[in-house]
Amino acid sequence: MSADTVRDTDRGPDADWDTVTGWGRTAPTGALVVRPRTYEEAAVAVRDCGVRGGIARGLGRAYGDAAQNAGGAVLDMTALDRVHAVDVAGGTVLCDAGVSLHRLMEVLLPLGWFVPVTPGTRYVTVGGAIGADIHGKNHHVSGSFTRHVLSLELLTADGRVRTVAPGTPLFDATAGGMGLTGVILTATLRLQPVETALMSVDTERAGDLDDLMARLTATDHRYRYSVAWIDLLARGRATGRAVLTRGDHAPLDAVPARSRARREPLAFRTSRLPATPDFLPGGLLSRTTVGLFNELWYRKAPRVSRGRLQRISTFFHPLDGVPHWNRVYGRGGFVQYQFVVGHGREEALRSIVRRISARRCPSFLAVLKRFGAADPGWLSFPVPGWTLALDIPAGLPGLGAFLDELDEEVARAGGRVYLAKDSRLRPEMLAAMYPRLDDFRALRAELDPRGVFVSDLARRLAL
Amino acid sequence: MKDAFGLPQSLLVLGGTSEIALATARRLVARRTRTVWLAGRPSPALDAAAEQLRGLGAEVRTVAFDALDPESHEAALGKVFAEGDIDLVLLAFGILGDQAHDEREPLNAVRVAQTNYTGAVSAGLVAARSLQAQGHGSLVVLSSVAGERARRANFIYGSSKAGLDAFAQGLGDALHGTGVHVMVVRPGFVRSRMTEGMEEAPLATTPEAVATAIELGLRRRSETVWVPGALRMVMSAVRHLPRSVFRRLPV
Repeated sequence: MSADTVRDTDRGPDADWDTVTGWGRTAPTGALVVRPRTYEEAAVAVRDCGVRGGIARGLGRAYGDAAQNAGGAVLDMTALDRVHAVDVAGGTVLCDAGVSLHRLMEVLLPLGWFVPVTPGTRYVTVGGAIGADIHGKNHHVSGSFTRHVLSLELLTADGRVRTVAPGTPLFDATAGGMGLTGVILTATLRLQPVETALMSVDTERAGDLDDLMARLTATDHRYRYSVAWIDLLARGRATGRAVLTRGDHAPLDAVPARSRARREPLAFRTSRLPATPDFLPGGLLSRTTVGLFNELWYRKAPRVSRGRLQRISTFFHPLDGVPHWNRVYGRGGFVQYQFVVGHGREEALRSIVRRISARRCPSFLAVLKRFGAADPGWLSFPVPGWTLALDIPAGLPGLGAFLDELDEEVARAGGRVYLAKDSRLRPEMLAAMYPRLDDFRALRAELDPRGVFVSDLARRLAL
Repeated sequence: MKDAFGLPQSLLVLGGTSEIALATARRLVARRTRTVWLAGRPSPALDAAAEQLRGLGAEVRTVAFDALDPESHEAALGKVFAEGDIDLVLLAFGILGDQAHDEREPLNAVRVAQTNYTGAVSAGLVAARSLQAQGHGSLVVLSSVAGERARRANFIYGSSKAGLDAFAQGLGDALHGTGVHVMVVRPGFVRSRMTEGMEEAPLATTPEAVATAIELGLRRRSETVWVPGALRMVMSAVRHLPRSVFRRLPV
């Protein structure tokens, strides 16, 4: 019963059996991991993927089982990583789906352009960004990632490569479609012009949840980027206390004269610490340690600071500085829970924050954000309102039942949870959360009648 | 598919009237499990078990399965897996036998061995192959502390569980890296129909406690689960006792 290796160098792509998990490192399943190096090899992989189908995978940053396919094929797209063309005057880029946002920043920043949307990590691929229709700190201004996709090429189950334009049903099903409409091969993106590779950041503290929501509501529109780190272990009157960090790309004249940053304003600088070791025990992140961290993090933040210059990596991707930070949760892994409830449903948000706080979930990566207008993808996550994301160790007793209760509350408030982060939702909840689900299913049934594209997420939720 | 906490959506019980298995099934149905297959010899007890689980909201089907007829295992289990993925196979069949009686009736003793060991070898391998093909799932094998060190008082049962335990451990290693997880559960004395009227051993437990331990083991992706957990320490001491001492123990 050993894992056998399949290599067919004559025509097929490189492939071998492996167990695969998402970023949360829960629920591993076995699959044939295929690494196409060309579009032709990708087409061969899709044609040959057998009865248990296939799914594209990028850099594996989806927290749950979205890019796993037990017993079938997982197409590792990261070898398709060419940036084909940059229109420096017009601000667009044509690239392969396996290109990471990190690579795009390396290429584009020196040219004075930035990716239109970045999540909390640069290590996601363009294909994954479209499949999950990711959002960033600028959602209230710019919308989700696929709003900035001008065109994409999709390898569908019949082996055809289709050029898909925004505004078509296939585009809206693919945007946020979790890779279930086909394999994205290339995409053309509209870019954001920048004068420097620095961010001008305002930081302020909010003493409790109501204070936080009031500040976000009143002044979010002044900032292109806005997010709040929230202390979910704080109790009593401090429940929901937070640190807001908001800002925009720094204009050139904001950079001090005669500084290194002024001489090379568009240099993309990052720093990385050593990787987290793989053998950490579970339970390092307990209520005590996380409570201490949260207290320090809150106290360390300035009460008010304006116009501080920060690197792009510091502002957007602090955790990318610690490779494999997900290992800090130990072997048991962790669950990320992200939901959104609409404007006017603040009471549901307050109630959920109170419940999490009362339960003392040790969460140090909790983030609250105000979303802008909804995005066109049928399974896109954002709706106008409030989104809260938090990480919780999977081994916390009773966590499954507790999150089920939160699901009920979110659904009652007309909200939803984010599929790219999900690893535990009940399938019954899905239709209430995603009203376009039937359209999505109908399009898939027509486009892919044999069900070639399937993932563990799709099986678990009967997508 | 199992979720992040190892909770299955579909369950196949081999030995569908086992009290431990049904306690586990009830617990899992209350969490995530929607589809349950109960495999066992057709009987009113099997139908009653199915009815009870249906009452909890699961879709339950029964399938004829006889541990003593290994030739039929392929067909019986093949039928189940053909209907869809199975996230958890609970290998729960087994008989205790009557040690004193069986020592005088070797054919009865063989029946214990065939049910608990060779029947499980066949069913375990058939299930493992299907699980490996689907690339995911857990195989939970109900072993026993009795298999850790055979006692004078029940070495026929104990030796059959020793064989089962060793088989399941090896199978778990063979399946390592395939996405399939094998978990060996070693309960101590469980108060159930099987042990009715017997004198209770120390650290006795209940089917519900075993079910709780199985749920926890699934979440942790454990390979070995002792119920109660203290038995792990107790048995590691017992394992090292000299024979002459062990023989005289009043257990």
